[in-house]
Amino acid sequence: MPTFFEKRQIVTPGDLVAEGDYLAGENTYKEGTKLYATRIGIVDYENKKVTVVALKAFYVPKSGDIVIGKIIEVGFNGWTVDINAPYVAILRASDVLSRPFKPQQDDLPQVLDAGDLIVAKIASYDRTHDPQLTVGEPGLGKITRGEILKVTPTKIPRVIGRKGSMISLIKQETNCNIILGLNGVILITGKTIEDEQLAIRAIHKIEEESHTSGLTDRITQMLKEEKSKREEPKNE
Amino acid sequence: MNDKSEKLIDKKGLRLDGRKFDELRPLKLEVGVLPNANGSAYIEHGKNKIVAGVFGPREVHPKHLTLQDRTLLKCRYHMAPFSVQERKSPAPSRREVELSKVIRESLEPAIFLENYPRTGIDVFIEVLQADGGTRCASITAAALALADAGIPMRDLVVACAAGKVDDTIVLDLMDEEDKLGMADVPVAVMPNLNEITLLQMDGILTMDEFESAVKLALEGCKKIYEMQKEALKTKYVGIKEVEVEE
Repeated sequence: MPTFFEKRQIVTPGDLVAEGDYLAGENTYKEGTKLYATRIGIVDYENKKVTVVALKAFYVPKSGDIVIGKIIEVGFNGWTVDINAPYVAILRASDVLSRPFKPQQDDLPQVLDAGDLIVAKIASYDRTHDPQLTVGEPGLGKITRGEILKVTPTKIPRVIGRKGSMISLIKQETNCNIILGLNGVILITGKTIEDEQLAIRAIHKIEEESHTSGLTDRITQMLKEEKSKREEPKNE
Repeated sequence: MNDKSEKLIDKKGLRLDGRKFDELRPLKLEVGVLPNANGSAYIEHGKNKIVAGVFGPREVHPKHLTLQDRTLLKCRYHMAPFSVQERKSPAPSRREVELSKVIRESLEPAIFLENYPRTGIDVFIEVLQADGGTRCASITAAALALADAGIPMRDLVVACAAGKVDDTIVLDLMDEEDKLGMADVPVAVMPNLNEITLLQMDGILTMDEFESAVKLALEGCKKIYEMQKEALKTKYVGIKEVEVEE
């Protein structure tokens, strides 16, 4: 039962990554006893499971995911939301109003209009239906201020870090509140624009260097340096 | 006819541009050239210059074309008015419509269309300069663009043509050989799965000639495939390690 690549080697679609009694993990598929990669990525062998960590992919909705979306259309009894996925999501009016929707008295564009950004949770999704969103939980709903940042959805786990180490580091160092949409959209709200800019720069750095190790240390260093740079002129 | 065709291969067995019978034209591949598309690729195959851009999977427009059980793959092959000697009308010609279909059908087996039902993938191929064998170069570029868009694929698709010129089977016909030669056999293949996704023949060949032409084309495909992989990896240079985190 041979494997054909070293751990962490780069593979392209169609590359034979393993043969024999292996389990097909993410971004791989099995034909007979042969396991092939389906995306360009980095191969990882773990016991009997073979996965490919994709370098580029798109977001596929999963129920329970927190996403950040943009209202693209106001419908009769709800909204259509672009969530940066192959499917548009649906947000029902009754969910936002948290009571039955009355067309005579409720004016939907006044609640949410086209172009508004929202933080929402995917309530349900399967192959046969478009994803449905919900905002009926604390922390969800319309975004009123902050900065929006887009990264490749596959890089989100890297921004979170091991057990949330990376994201809590950035939050702590920049005093910003950061919401990570699993669809690759990130919302940053800070007290000052400088704080937000710093957080954006840190996340960009993570995105660019996501494949290298010891990134947390470098981010810590970068944030500290930037902060001291900002304080210097004040001291003079 | 005989006068003309004798010029295509000289006494030393070299072709018009000095290639041997089993030699490819110089090839250059680049991935991720269009920031506005989800995935893109550029190919220079001899004098051919072709860009391919991929969008999707996304909502299908117009909506009634949506397929309930699979992704709709749409393909547009288009030649720029300045791509040939005489100005080509920018409107899609009969030939372009046919090539669009042929290219789509050669890419379809490589994509997991059943994974994302009710969506569409759009492949746009623009020929900037044509020099024979554009359909093959287009397929090679389109497959790269699809992989660059992060679309899960069974395998990359590579295409290359072989043909008969001056009674010799030769690899990778250029424009003159295509026009004055005796036959042209474009072949597209998924190299790892060893499955042919496109096989056409224009001209007359005997069974033996046909077989050796296909064999030669497959050899050529293998060479291009190596470059294709290299081009895809080059976009992500330096990426050697990743920390797998939950």
